[in-house]
Amino acid sequence: MTQLLTVNNLSVNYGAIKAVQGVSLSVNRGEIVTLIGANGAGKSTILRTIAGLEKVASGLITFENQGFNRMPSDKRVQNGVVLVPEGRRVFPGMTVQENLQLGAFSVKDKHQVHAAFDTVYEQFPILKARLNQDAATLSGGEQQMLAIGRALMANPKMILLDEPSMGLAPLYIQKIFDIIENIRNRGVTVLVIEQNAAQALRIADRGYVIESGKIIATDTGEALLVSDDVKRAYLGSDVLIK
Amino acid sequence: MSNIIQQLINGIILGSVYALLALGYTMVYGIIKLINFAHGDVYMLGAYFGYFFIQVLHLNFFIALVLSMAVSALLGMLIEFVAYRPLRHSPRIAVLISALGVSFLLENGMSYFYGSDKKAFPQAIRTIQYHIGSLQISNIQLLIISTAITLMILLTIIVQKTKMGRAMRAVSADQEAAILMGIDVNRTISFTFAIGSALAAAGGVLIGLYYNNIDPLMGMTPGIKAFVAAVLGGIGLIPGAALGGWLIGILETMTQAIGLSDYKDAVVYAILIIILLFKPTGILGKNKREKV
Ligand SMILES: Nc1ncnc2c1ncn2[C@@H]1O[C@H](COP(=O)(O)OP(=O)(O)OP(=O)(O)O)[C@@H](O)[C@H]1O
Ligand SMILES: [Mg+2]
Repeated sequence: MTQLLTVNNLSVNYGAIKAVQGVSLSVNRGEIVTLIGANGAGKSTILRTIAGLEKVASGLITFENQGFNRMPSDKRVQNGVVLVPEGRRVFPGMTVQENLQLGAFSVKDKHQVHAAFDTVYEQFPILKARLNQDAATLSGGEQQMLAIGRALMANPKMILLDEPSMGLAPLYIQKIFDIIENIRNRGVTVLVIEQNAAQALRIADRGYVIESGKIIATDTGEALLVSDDVKRAYLGSDVLIK
Repeated sequence: MSNIIQQLINGIILGSVYALLALGYTMVYGIIKLINFAHGDVYMLGAYFGYFFIQVLHLNFFIALVLSMAVSALLGMLIEFVAYRPLRHSPRIAVLISALGVSFLLENGMSYFYGSDKKAFPQAIRTIQYHIGSLQISNIQLLIISTAITLMILLTIIVQKTKMGRAMRAVSADQEAAILMGIDVNRTISFTFAIGSALAAAGGVLIGLYYNNIDPLMGMTPGIKAFVAAVLGGIGLIPGAALGGWLIGILETMTQAIGLSDYKDAVVYAILIIILLFKPTGILGKNKREKV
């Protein structure tokens, strides 16, 4: 297994707030890895820092043996790392098609863009049916599909997903998890934050548990799923029932 | 009656220039939420560049127009780079003051180096008046409106159909999400200033030819009117800027026509205030509060 992303002893601050404190994690090529933890634990901050939206206070982020610390966000996208942010953030006032085209902004080769469109249409037929609709008028679930499809347009090696199932109906949540597995099966590595921790752990190869900016546990998805500590703290009743 | 139509024509011509200027205000506002007070001065400098290319280098009018637009585009990018970019993460008021500073610098700088008196703009194209019944229109007026419309069509194509145009709209809509698409925000903002400045310069050169003279303060009043035009049409909206520009041009010539020349600005602004009272987001603006 080759390591694709390595985060070494990362700390991130917002002014005086130490949001991430000495986090180390790694993601291997082809894996699904999940970050779980309570609200405010620092999960989003970790993903945003990997994408270049927040500044590294200390530590090292490496992707395919390239230092990411000083690389601007757009270069990270070109290198194959794409973040689907919390809350979807599709471009309002622009059509579904334009949103997808923007996703391919970093792709120079026109044939590649066409191929990416085909892949996304195949994965998300609903988007194809709504190409000329204003993205803002899509339902929440459709917007999440668009946000993920848009990220795939960049032909990423690795996709970072920040709570993709947030605010969705149970049926859609299941769909999102199927999509995540699908993405991985196409060879894209996945690092995903989820509130539905149990479901995330079921599809994940490995997971990290974050608390107050630190990693307090890491193991395979299966092992974390049955770990009593994790169960009590983060999984809630849904695991106990199933 | 024919007098009203004549004034309408004159208003549309004047409004075309306001519209060209208003487009720059609205694009810059759309992308970085800055009211670029130096924009009217870019229009002034555009006129001076045109003067230089025609008077000193004896270039053909159209070549001079295009060159002036190109040089002004570079100037706009320079202004953004030097005066606004370093303040990108500062409070908005700081950038606003920087814009005022640039405005004074350009006005006083031009006065210092070239004198504050009016310069005669070379008559690169001889004026020909056409008469249609009792109406008259000159070839210069036709040139102004056709150039303005051509540039607006070009702008629409750039913004709607090109990759850079999509990037501009994406940065305007959600800067952080645009970054996540791999868009270089600095480059996109630079490009926006370049386009806006080129349009302003075109307006400056055209007005120089129309009024026959230019001076370092010529950008002040049109700058304010174009800004108002942008707000009136719905700031941040490109069609709104064009509409607002024409509306102000027409209102202005109409109030002059009914004998209120001395009060024309007061009348124009009174009408605008009334419109904005009913539609605070401008004529084409959606009635929702601005996201902060
Ligand atoms: N822009 C910001 N400015 C200041 N503090 C911030 C900012 N963003 C996050 N924080 C703080 O940093 C800490 C970590 O936040 P983060 O969003 O990374 O948590 P999270 O694990 O993603 O939480 P959630 O599950 O609620 O999304 C929190 O204490 C939060 O208040
Ligand atoms: Mg979060």
